[in-house]
Amino acid sequence: MTEPTFKPKTVYVTYIAAPADKVWAALTSSEFTRQYFFGRSIEIELKVGGRFVLRMPDGRVDVQGRVVECDPPRKLAVTWRVEWIEEMRKLPECLVTYQIDALDGAVRLTMSEAHQWDVPDEILAGGRMGWPLILSSLKSLLETGKGIVVKLEPPKEMLEAVRTRTR
Amino acid sequence: MSEPKFVYVTYIATTPKKLWQALTEGDFTRQYWYGTSIESDWTPGARVTLRNDGKLSDTGEVLVYEPHRRLSYTWHVEFHEVFSREKPARVTFELEPIGATVKLTITHDEFEPGSKVLEAVSNGWPMVLASLKSLLETGRPLDTTGAESLASAKQQAIARAQGRAG
Repeated sequence: MTEPTFKPKTVYVTYIAAPADKVWAALTSSEFTRQYFFGRSIEIELKVGGRFVLRMPDGRVDVQGRVVECDPPRKLAVTWRVEWIEEMRKLPECLVTYQIDALDGAVRLTMSEAHQWDVPDEILAGGRMGWPLILSSLKSLLETGKGIVVKLEPPKEMLEAVRTRTR
Repeated sequence: MSEPKFVYVTYIATTPKKLWQALTEGDFTRQYWYGTSIESDWTPGARVTLRNDGKLSDTGEVLVYEPHRRLSYTWHVEFHEVFSREKPARVTFELEPIGATVKLTITHDEFEPGSKVLEAVSNGWPMVLASLKSLLETGRPLDTTGAESLASAKQQAIARAQGRAG
């Protein structure tokens, strides 16, 4: 079987004053994700091929995929298919990778969203809007004990672009 | 093709006023910008000077100064010839209050084609802005001394720029 080639399209880097294993725990356990990821809980089998689900507070599946790389507390990569917006289910799944580099006194967290097709900017707009808030909130949660709560709606241009493409 | 630029968004639990001070006052920048102090009288066209431990790092000219909302100045890297030979770029900070949070958008653009400054600032801003966010939210900036200090980040940026200049 040939593996699809994923190219990074959106990369977000932040630095967090927390140990690497704390950041790893924040990425992989619901106790944390509920506080910084729009209330989502996470179910993840931490091994290659393991199942991965992000669930909305009402129990619906937001995102699902499989673990592609798992090297605690350094690197986690999962395939990522958005389920909660119906039209997005038909799009090719993307690959989300978190890399944690331990430095003196902080860690560098790099999130990369990679795609296997020539995805237009309008569709990338969703992630480009969401990731900065999610990861800013994660940093606040680990440093202050409180995530950042801001309500965001999926960008209209993204929904339109997805509808046109999957019609 | 769109022009190459660097855009970074972060959300900070603070007020626009406090964030504005953090962006424009040298005593504030020194704390989170790894010892870099900013200096300007912030009138349109005024000079902006960034110094690190007394050493000239970057200079610019004030383009927009709308307190608590929008700040823009040109950006000329002075600390090494591999960057200072480029014409000045531009940096813009936009502050948008949302509830108890401020959305901060930094856009660095107007680079020369094939700019080496673009890569350097793309690596530098996340480090600086993460420390700014920590300072405003916790009272303490990031403490990344040692291998990841700003000085060594600058050395790495120079090495990368020179490597590509080959």
